[in-house]
Amino acid sequence: MLLNASGCLDALTAPEVARSLDAFVTKTITPEPREGNAPVRIAETDAGMLNAIGLANPGRERFVAETLPLLRELDVPLWVSVGGFSAAEYAETCAALEDVAAIELNLSCPNVDEAPESAAAIVAACRTATGLPLYAKLSPAAWDIAEGARAVEAAGADGLSLVNTLRGLALDPRTLRPTLARGTGGYSGPALKPVALAAVYACATAVEIPIVGMGGVRSGLDALELIAAGASAVALGTVLFGDPEAPVRVRAELAAEAAERDLGHPLDARALAHSSLQMSVSRSGNEMQKVPGNRPKVTA
Amino acid sequence: MRRELRRVTGSEPIGPYTLLRLAQGGLDAGIPGQFFMLEAPGRVLPRPMSVCLAEAGELSFLIDPIGPGTRALCALGSGDEIHVLGPLGNGFDLDVERPLLVGGGIGIAPLPYLSQQLGGPPAILGFRSELHAEAVALLPGAEVCIEPVYVTALLPEEHRAVLACGPEPMLAALRTLVPDAQLAWEAPMACGYGACYGCAVEIEGELKRLCVEGPVLCAA
Repeated sequence: MLLNASGCLDALTAPEVARSLDAFVTKTITPEPREGNAPVRIAETDAGMLNAIGLANPGRERFVAETLPLLRELDVPLWVSVGGFSAAEYAETCAALEDVAAIELNLSCPNVDEAPESAAAIVAACRTATGLPLYAKLSPAAWDIAEGARAVEAAGADGLSLVNTLRGLALDPRTLRPTLARGTGGYSGPALKPVALAAVYACATAVEIPIVGMGGVRSGLDALELIAAGASAVALGTVLFGDPEAPVRVRAELAAEAAERDLGHPLDARALAHSSLQMSVSRSGNEMQKVPGNRPKVTA
Repeated sequence: MRRELRRVTGSEPIGPYTLLRLAQGGLDAGIPGQFFMLEAPGRVLPRPMSVCLAEAGELSFLIDPIGPGTRALCALGSGDEIHVLGPLGNGFDLDVERPLLVGGGIGIAPLPYLSQQLGGPPAILGFRSELHAEAVALLPGAEVCIEPVYVTALLPEEHRAVLACGPEPMLAALRTLVPDAQLAWEAPMACGYGACYGCAVEIEGELKRLCVEGPVLCAA
């Protein structure tokens, strides 16, 4: 399953791109309208890019009344990304949403002030507010992301979205001052891939719920690697900016990469990264060998 | 909006700038002022460039090598291939009477194609040096000034339909002097098709995406 990363596609300005995905994930919706941060908002770096858009969005009321009906006409399964500045705000937006495929809780935007509550507390509040599938989008900046994953799973999350951007800084080479008006921004693109792989790899053995892997995916092989690390769906982010046809290309490449490895389906690669580790540990006769039961369930 | 792999047919220096020529193939040249996202080899993001010339089966882009992406584009040679996406955004409204083209620096880029479409109206160009002013070769007959003289000093007394592209201070000055001018603005862009929200500029008191609302905006 191929999605876009939240904030990396506007289905209303590029409907054909949205239709080439298995589900469209909206830009994060907050209770009140947000204009977003002042420009300059983006900067390319050598191995990625920084953004500090600042959750620009029309606000919950206008999104539900105006944007959502237009998105429904696209006939693509919709995931709504929800943000807020307190657990109650997240929960109120979740309660206002119905008849969408899933809600992704943006618990990790590096470009705005964070809610005071923990990710688990926000998930718990949203759990009581909606019966829709809840995906928790976590930051890769946590020292132990698996601990956070276990906490949101216990709080009622139905899945994880891994990962959001990492905070980064770019300086204007001429002035040696920050390029972005906000100073720092969220770092994405190719450099994020190993970080995303490590996060998915760590969480896949920590939780039972499915994982949407994202971070620096440019090719079908990148997507297959995230699946091998434990993801059961993959989202495209920065690659969409340079190549709106990336979903079609990555999907074809993913099928070809799977076929090359004698896999009937790309998801047959799921969690393979973990099983190879078991084999090598087993061969070395290490007593710490993991039992097969610890392998994540294949629940595509 | 179409993305195609296009072959470089030539690249030549014009003053400090480079005119990059691509085989047009099946690409629509679009309306003057519209732009294309050009793949910058070795970089993560493409670069937005307006069409400078569209003739003889070629699309040409005037590029100022000011950073790693534009330098990569200027380093391309005949036979190289890059991905091109476009045409994107809103171009100039060509239904105007007594047009006057105004360009500043690399803002001359969309004016040769615009001039061709409008039948060669008068033009005023401003540059920061004699070397930069060599770009007037792309728009023969244009009136030229060099800093510290600015294009605003050369504006005629009588009203003209001004179509302009140039640095922000120049456009801001024109907006005040010619309230109905059509101005082509610039902003850093990651995607060019409304996906990234990176190119937000203040339009009618609100931050809006320049790639969707512009890049040509009416001053009023």
